[in-house]
Amino acid sequence: MTPRTLFEKVWDAHSVHRLPEGPVLLYVDLHLVHEVTSPQAFGGLRRATRRVRRPDLTLATVDHNVPTGDRALPIDDPVSARQLDALSANAGEFGIELFDLRSPNQGIVHVIGPELGATQPGMVIVCGDSHTSTHGAFGALAFGIGTSEVEHVLATQCLVMSQPRTFEAHFTGRLAPGVTAKDLILGFIGRIGTAGATGHVIEYTGDVIRAFSMEERMTVCNMSIEAGARAGMIAPDETTFTYLAGRPRAPAGAAWTRAVETWRQLRSDPGAVYDTRVSIDASTLAPQVTWGTSPGMVTDVSGRVPDLAQFQTDAERSAVRRALAYMDLAPGTPLAGLRIDRVFLGSCTNARIEDLRAAARVLRGKRVAPTVHAMVVPGSQQVKVQAEHEGLDRLFREAGFEWRNAGCSMCLGMNADILRSGERCASTSNRNFEGRQGRGGRTHLMSPAMAAAAAVAGCIVDVREWDLAAVPPLEPHPLAPPLHVVERGKGGEV
Amino acid sequence: MEPFVRHSGKAVALPRDNVDTDQIIPKQFLKGVERTGLGPALFYDWRYGPDGTPNPDFELNRSSAQGASILITGANFGCGSSREHAAWALEDAGFRAILAPSFADIFFANCCQNGLLPVRLLPQEIDELFRRVQAAGGDYALTIDLEAQGVEDGHGFRTQFGIDSYRREMLLRGLDEIGRTLLEESRIAAFERRRAIGTAGPVA
Repeated sequence: MTPRTLFEKVWDAHSVHRLPEGPVLLYVDLHLVHEVTSPQAFGGLRRATRRVRRPDLTLATVDHNVPTGDRALPIDDPVSARQLDALSANAGEFGIELFDLRSPNQGIVHVIGPELGATQPGMVIVCGDSHTSTHGAFGALAFGIGTSEVEHVLATQCLVMSQPRTFEAHFTGRLAPGVTAKDLILGFIGRIGTAGATGHVIEYTGDVIRAFSMEERMTVCNMSIEAGARAGMIAPDETTFTYLAGRPRAPAGAAWTRAVETWRQLRSDPGAVYDTRVSIDASTLAPQVTWGTSPGMVTDVSGRVPDLAQFQTDAERSAVRRALAYMDLAPGTPLAGLRIDRVFLGSCTNARIEDLRAAARVLRGKRVAPTVHAMVVPGSQQVKVQAEHEGLDRLFREAGFEWRNAGCSMCLGMNADILRSGERCASTSNRNFEGRQGRGGRTHLMSPAMAAAAAVAGCIVDVREWDLAAVPPLEPHPLAPPLHVVERGKGGEV
Repeated sequence: MEPFVRHSGKAVALPRDNVDTDQIIPKQFLKGVERTGLGPALFYDWRYGPDGTPNPDFELNRSSAQGASILITGANFGCGSSREHAAWALEDAGFRAILAPSFADIFFANCCQNGLLPVRLLPQEIDELFRRVQAAGGDYALTIDLEAQGVEDGHGFRTQFGIDSYRREMLLRGLDEIGRTLLEESRIAAFERRRAIGTAGPVA
């Protein structure tokens, strides 16, 4: 039998039928739904008097448009409230489980899927959100779709899709101290470009990836879309199985044993051929900071804003000129020392418990600079509870951070959490597009530890220069419950 | 979905690479529950200043761009978020086709779902079209024929483009994709039965 890649195995296992025109009818195991990209899909079903084929394989939450302040207060923005109400009504009408604002399981859709154990190796997972690639960290084929396709999956549990090409991103060597999964993926995007993997599914391989925790793997797969990829995947292993064991939606008992046996086969066969292959020595990577308005506009924290002469084409030079004008940066400016006004620690890229611990470790015994407004938005209410058990909330608050409720928040600024025009932000999120965090706002993407250090220093700093050797890594509190979700049934009842 | 067979119309050039969906339609316009009426939000932050006055320098604000139905733009158009609002806004603003050297995957699919034809041309062809739009002072028209898979301006520019046959068929006939897939119900049900008894599965 021809050796196959991990992606090809999952793809083949979900091919219901090849249509005469070429694409495949691909079966979907898990469909995640949120408030922003679903109302028009449900509206379409209603108009055509269609039903949701498999409500049992569909899971909804609210994240993009939710306030992150006091949940006891009514929502200020009536338009946002209407969108949240629409999801609630649609979930009720079509029989879909919803984790709403009252639910202890509410959170960013890409944080709660793994947390619940709903995300599992070998699945096909879709959601009307481009960062669905996050779930590929478990060896699932997971990708974002538009609203018409959301409607298609609701109605048929399938998607019509042409087979993407395969891409191996192989990382050799080891990461230096102070260099994280976020730096690895930003460095990779800087290398291949924001369209470097268009039309491809990336598989991340190599010892560095194997040594990563699930949370680090999720950070890497999350940003696959910023390299243009349809999806990113990592073959499941003991780290994956340990993470999933005992989670509420993971198989249990004999079913667990059988599942793990099957999941072990989910790896690329020796000799499997990828359409594209890139190898990167991870030991050469430094902490990364973006300087422009695209995630590919990134360099080492010790670097400088590039000179126009470094770019080959007119199109590149004009893009860089535009980006620097927007960012109010001159070529040759060192990134370290650049003053910041805001720090955002959050998003589906970097708002899981390990991200919060990494930032807290930097902050211990320190204070946010008086000129900086800093906030933590945990990825889910479960992450928030876990962090509070570990005392991280106190540590963040005492350092001068706001401690908020879960949501996408200032990653895309759909709610009230936005930058004012001209404000410069150190952000752990995934996109530094013009206006992304607020019109006129200037975003510098970086890791949680780097963002925390920037909050204290009041400017971008190289966290490697901070003496963290004396600070032991923050570990789960021995008395804290493990991050397993307490389920209270459907409909978000508390 | 309105079929796309052949379209002639005014073309406007937006010569920028990596135009992301946050630029095509900023987030504050994603709060609605309908897919119509989003045209006024198209390229909002580029079209209007912070005080809401039109930005005269923006390509689509020029008087010559009014009434355009074909957008010629740079590589990796539509990168970023999966928001289909980007395709809806373009469509609502009167666009029927977008010509670029490359598109982001999700955006490409979203266009096809809405009868908005994304056409991939060679980078040098797009550059030539930018030159022709400029030379014509903005008064430039193109004809796009999906059946023949050709683009021409009637003044010497003529080229072919590729598109996968499934997408082409759906666009030409304006078919309801869900209706098409529901015809495969027996195959989907059989697949689910095979999985239930373990002969097909998440891994198989």
